Amino acid sequence: MRVPSWLADPRARVLVLLAVLIALAPLLFPSGYYYRVGTLVFLNALTVTGLVILTGYAGQVSLGHAGFFGIGAYACAVGTSHFGLAPGLCVALGAGLAGGLALAVGRPILRLKSHYLAVATLGLGILIAMVLTNEGQWTGGPDGMSAPTLPLRAWLRAWGVPLSPAQAWYALSGLVLLAGAWMALSLRESASGRALRALHDSEVAARVIGIDVARAKGRAFAISAVYASVAGSLMALFNGFVNPAMAGFMHSIELVTMVVLGGAGSVLGGVVGATVLTVLPQTLTVFQEYEMTMLGLIMMVMMIFLRQGVVPGLVGAWTAWRGRRARP
Amino acid sequence: MAEFLQFLFSGLTVGAVYALVALGFTLIHNASGVVNFAQGEFVMLGGMITVFAAQAGLPLAVAAGVAIGVTALVGVALYRLAIAPAGSASVVSIIIITMGASLFLRGTAQSVFDKQIHRFPAFSGETPITIGGATLMPQSLWVLGGAAVVFVALHRFLAHTLPGKAVLATASNKLAAQLVGINTHAVLLLAFGLSAAIGAVAGVLITPLTMTTADMGVSVALKGFAAAMLGGMGIPVGAIVGGLGLGLIEAFTAGYLSSAYKEATAFLVILVVLVLMPRGLFGPKDVERV
Repeated sequence: MRVPSWLADPRARVLVLLAVLIALAPLLFPSGYYYRVGTLVFLNALTVTGLVILTGYAGQVSLGHAGFFGIGAYACAVGTSHFGLAPGLCVALGAGLAGGLALAVGRPILRLKSHYLAVATLGLGILIAMVLTNEGQWTGGPDGMSAPTLPLRAWLRAWGVPLSPAQAWYALSGLVLLAGAWMALSLRESASGRALRALHDSEVAARVIGIDVARAKGRAFAISAVYASVAGSLMALFNGFVNPAMAGFMHSIELVTMVVLGGAGSVLGGVVGATVLTVLPQTLTVFQEYEMTMLGLIMMVMMIFLRQGVVPGLVGAWTAWRGRRARP
Repeated sequence: MAEFLQFLFSGLTVGAVYALVALGFTLIHNASGVVNFAQGEFVMLGGMITVFAAQAGLPLAVAAGVAIGVTALVGVALYRLAIAPAGSASVVSIIIITMGASLFLRGTAQSVFDKQIHRFPAFSGETPITIGGATLMPQSLWVLGGAAVVFVALHRFLAHTLPGKAVLATASNKLAAQLVGINTHAVLLLAFGLSAAIGAVAGVLITPLTMTTADMGVSVALKGFAAAMLGGMGIPVGAIVGGLGLGLIEAFTAGYLSSAYKEATAFLVILVVLVLMPRGLFGPKDVERV
């Protein structure tokens, strides 16, 4: 069978695979509740896709990315309730705020060695969660506040679309994830993406061939912050509720673990990581109880033994094992 | 004046703890180039193990000794089981490994011990000393004295003993150290064990004043890191000055500006240092060989 020419592009193949998975997954759903889980998976995967750009392409690690997620979420909640802005405008405002903050903080730090970004983002994430907790008159304090819910039921009826709101959210977040994945894949093959991957291999070599290393890293950091903010905004609109834990340290760590589980380098791997770590706590209470220990263990084991990610790593191990067995 | 003195005392006391954490960072960073995000967990383990060993009936001094010994072993295990197997992994991989170790230790401590806040009695009574209208807890003197003893002992160990000189040699050039017959693997085990023990000492000293919980580690690590950067990463004297400096900045911020944002000072210090003087107060010019 001949492969159509547009499928020769690996980007297109990843997107088609992702779209097919998103479209077919509901066939396996035992109940409507899983549309909710699916939406959570897609929104987490969107944030993780941004982190794949930062960690996988540029080789930098952020330990406070939930902070940007929180900025997006609270932009929607605070913008609509205190300033009466439209939710769509709030999504854009949150993204601008998160991207601007990432640029302002990232620029000076990214000139230095990569562990400084890890430390600075760790501090930044904790600071953002602290502001959201302390400024109770705006944010509702530690208990959080309600966010607007979109009048999806009315819209769906008006347009004559036969979907429940949960199904509509599933479709919407799936489409946003596809758009995010498409942008990340396109960036990978663009001049900027190649610059990022070059500096990942060797910063000095990248500088020698004329790449403005700090600028390229700063951009990657800002782009990943925008991804997180948009995902946070959508999460706020989806849940109708925000709280400081969305911006908290544990959420940042969950996001890093998702990236690590997927192997950091690939968009598809990130989606796998997000799926596993979103679904596991929903289905295994043991995982929820020992979440911190489990996440720590996953991070260490992945980085020591399966640095390229769980899917390619296991496939590689399987092929090696079969190769050994085939030989007499 | 009394108010000023009060902030000075509390700043120096917590600053001494940050200094010890920064010293632990520095030791590991110098010997192995690893930035250890699990450093705060050593402080947590020092406090928590002492609490539970004392509850089990051990005298406080023995409990503290057990806590420091066990934490040192945890440090050795961290290197042996997580850092060494990763081999020549990238900086990012090592950061994620030590962060993972930090979470693992924190989660395990929550399961093995509990999630409550604990303390044990101060070493020499709870009667405050009054100086110029400000009060000073006797335990603060223990903290400051303990930090000074650790610093001097570490300095003497590194400068005047053979194993200490081996650590310095490994830090300076690992390959060259191997070539002159130094067992660098043993040196790194020693550095991690020693660094963990220093963190545990800090935890034992400060728990009667600030109390301890299983999840205190991350915040302590962040502050220790800020202190190390303020003083200049990799410089032992810088760790001490940076730690005391950060403690004072934090105490005066909390006292005169806002106590709600006391925790934010560490992050602001990190940011200001990175923007204005990336080498810190005492750091040498960073020359990177390619």
